[in-house]
Amino acid sequence: MSATEPAVTPDLAAAHGLKPDEYARILKLIGRTPSFTELGIFSAMWNEHCSYKSSRIHLRKLPTKAPWVIRGPGENAGVIDIGDGDACVFKMESHNHPSFIEPYQGAATGVGGILRDVFTMGARPIACLNLLRFGRSTHPKTRQLVAGVVAGIGNYGNSFGVPTVGGSTEFDASYDGNILVNAMAVGLARTDSIFYSAAAGVGNPIVYLGSKTGRDGIHGATMASASFEEDAEEKRPTVQVGDPFSEKLLLEACLELMASGAVIAIQDMGAAGLTSSAVEMGAKGNLGIELDLDAVPCREEGMTAYEMMLSESQERMLMVLKPELEKQAEAIFRKWGLDFAIVGKTTDTLRFVVKHRGEVKADLPIKELGDEAPLYDRPWTQTPQQTASDPGSIKAPFSNRDALLKLLATPNLCSKRWVWEQYDHLILGNSVRPPGGDAAVVRVKEGPKGLALTTDVTARYCAADPYEGGKQAVAESWRNITARGATPLALTDNLNFGNPERPEYMGQFVGCLQGIGEAARALDFPIVSGNVSLYNETQGAGILPTPAIGGVGVIADVSKAAQTGFAREGDTILLIGQTKGWLGQSAYAHDLCGRADGAPPPVDLAAERRNGDLVRRLILSGRVSAAHDISDGGLAVALAEMALAGDMGAEITHLPEGLRRAALFGEDQARYLVTVAQGEAAAVMKECAEAGAPVQAVGRVGGDALILPGEAPILLTELREGHESPLPAFMGGDDNAFSGAFPTEVS
Amino acid sequence: MKTAVVVFPGSNREGDMARALKQATGREPTMLWHADHELPAGTDLVVLPGGFSYGDYLRCGAIAGRAAIMDAVRAHATRGGLVLGVCNGFQILCESGLLPGVLMRNANLRFVCRMQHLKVERNDTAFTRHYARGQTIEVCIAHGEGNYEADDATIERLEGEGLVAFRYCDSAGNVGGDANPNGSRNDIAGIYSEKRNVLGLMPHPENLIDPLVGGTDGRALFESLASAA
Repeated sequence: MSATEPAVTPDLAAAHGLKPDEYARILKLIGRTPSFTELGIFSAMWNEHCSYKSSRIHLRKLPTKAPWVIRGPGENAGVIDIGDGDACVFKMESHNHPSFIEPYQGAATGVGGILRDVFTMGARPIACLNLLRFGRSTHPKTRQLVAGVVAGIGNYGNSFGVPTVGGSTEFDASYDGNILVNAMAVGLARTDSIFYSAAAGVGNPIVYLGSKTGRDGIHGATMASASFEEDAEEKRPTVQVGDPFSEKLLLEACLELMASGAVIAIQDMGAAGLTSSAVEMGAKGNLGIELDLDAVPCREEGMTAYEMMLSESQERMLMVLKPELEKQAEAIFRKWGLDFAIVGKTTDTLRFVVKHRGEVKADLPIKELGDEAPLYDRPWTQTPQQTASDPGSIKAPFSNRDALLKLLATPNLCSKRWVWEQYDHLILGNSVRPPGGDAAVVRVKEGPKGLALTTDVTARYCAADPYEGGKQAVAESWRNITARGATPLALTDNLNFGNPERPEYMGQFVGCLQGIGEAARALDFPIVSGNVSLYNETQGAGILPTPAIGGVGVIADVSKAAQTGFAREGDTILLIGQTKGWLGQSAYAHDLCGRADGAPPPVDLAAERRNGDLVRRLILSGRVSAAHDISDGGLAVALAEMALAGDMGAEITHLPEGLRRAALFGEDQARYLVTVAQGEAAAVMKECAEAGAPVQAVGRVGGDALILPGEAPILLTELREGHESPLPAFMGGDDNAFSGAFPTEVS
Repeated sequence: MKTAVVVFPGSNREGDMARALKQATGREPTMLWHADHELPAGTDLVVLPGGFSYGDYLRCGAIAGRAAIMDAVRAHATRGGLVLGVCNGFQILCESGLLPGVLMRNANLRFVCRMQHLKVERNDTAFTRHYARGQTIEVCIAHGEGNYEADDATIERLEGEGLVAFRYCDSAGNVGGDANPNGSRNDIAGIYSEKRNVLGLMPHPENLIDPLVGGTDGRALFESLASAA
């Protein structure tokens, strides 16, 4: 033990985020006091972010299998079979805390981390998406956070050279002190060349690849596992710095190396860096690992074993290589100008041994580091059931026309063009449906096959009823993919919740997972990868429960992918699905009436399936000129979005029965709008009826205005101005850019 | 038509460019590495693709402009050979001395990716003969530093000698104003060298070659080149 290292005490363990019982567990496991480096390793492996200690028992209940699932959770990313020998590799991951502390680098390294997860498996990234949640527009930090996060995501993806094709950006007071930055990456591989992290063979070299190790990000994963107190900004040094250029080189070098046949196992150095990647490779392969830190390429002088084991410097990989191909592998990395160093070997001891300057700094049982991590069945309380609101009691003091204009100018429903125009969404030349509609559609290589990709969650539903909200998040993802004509295949989830040690927040987590599991089972939409982000709270107040869902679907021929925008004058607009006029927890109730009470719309999964399968069939039959799912803001907002996307108006002549505003703004689930040629409408409606799906012709496409029943026309120019101008104006400094009579308060 | 695409570490639209060249010429381009010293014999067109060469942590294109392969590219241009630089490629051409001026950060300091209309200034060059003179085309842009700037004398010379290739315009063909996405001088989107054998432009014609993906207005540039040799 070096004299400069602090003595390990219970206090020091506590300072590493280890609870007294967890420290006792360590003492019992190894039968002695750990060294300083060992303490660091335990803190990295046993924090919430790496060990999933609060969530594991609930995650096990999620459906993760289907005939097309090649690899479910537990690897760097999920893998599904998309036909023709192609595999789609994808995952979503959070970088919430770093992005709040340092928005540009925090968001950038979030993108870098998820891209690495995907290409670690041998897949070339073809698309990125994200899901962002910020605090109120009136909060003093919001503007700076939006600007930094968007620029950070943009810079990393743009430079790396992958299109950012979709996402979701919303605002709520609960995120004032704890924003959410969830990044998703999607890659392509061949089904017979997927790479995994389990090491194999005794005595094989462990190779360190990529950028050098510095002191950045030390304890990043531990930070991500704690709540924010007032000192959040003092944690800036724990945020890593991203280098998309190095990552691009690392991608090309890794794919070249994989093609050479030299790679036995590969694991990226993400959260908890060298520690987590080395332990994972050994433990999964039932092997010990011996590291010699003297060989680790360092950016700074005098780094200690402790620092090297905990650094989260970016753009680094660990591999186990076939010894006979070592020289060839090294030549590939040298060509790309990247570091290549043999830093250890696999052993048959099942020990994790770390040496530095001739001293053994750590010697721990490798399997137990992961397997014996604490596992908690945290106490939780059921979120109180809310009663359904009386739609008659939810009335904004505006005409329906003005209500629509105001809704389209709220932070959540206004155009996010300001955001996605900062992302290169066209590079690679395959973005068949770029951002701004339902799911994005990306062609696979030369086609005709394509992927439909989307990120979704309606957090206010989850807060009001975690179970229904969890179902809805999955159903909406499934619907967005379906509205393109694609078949939903699998999803990745990013579960953002508050402090799991508080029963009410743990209850939200448990409830949402039940709903997600139920919907995923009913819709054959298994969860193949994911990430859990807990402790999203500041000074005791948790965020809205936000289980972000990243959905992936496949369409056999991208030329058949439906468009969102109205396409043809005179087409009949069909509303498919039942409209009851559910205003509780609607955007209308929330943003225009300041109502946070009431149950969210229930999700009938059988109806989702029936209506969605029908809509997909109609789209693929070639009779649908435009399609859109109905979600936030209801029928009225969906119509406006179709009009704006197609630059074509519509006249709505028939609405579902009942209160007109409830029909226009209610957020009943399992609904779509499709347009068909007037002459086809009767036949299509008959087909809907035969399938058991409620259908109604609500109006006709055409003209330069959107006309709601009994209301003055809204010229498209006015609609567009109202929808497009708020976010740029806000970011330009205008504090009154958004409408919304009632700034949302935490419910 | 024999083409070659230079790949620098950090290039990222080389694949898009290769696809467009193959579509127009029927042949795969040769992919050259930045550390190479020679062009393949008989190369008619050299392309510098988009991306962030060497990370662009210094001035965009500054390092690439001094890469080993650039001597060969300069020699090719001096011989009258065709050179096309798109986006980062345009920046590299300016840094390497093959074109005058510089690309500064967009006036609003933000990266911008969107569809963009351009006016084709002349159609008597190897790059534009398949367009009509004054035609408005729709391609896309994706850059953070596309704000073209040069000293007054240079701008005057470019204008006087007809060396402006494309200008930013709106869908009706009106040049400038809100249609200028980055604040570039005289709404310049692309310029020619004196002999018009070198073209640098910020927009990406290589991404507009497919009716399923935004449109086909970029094709004519590559078809022009394909018929140029």
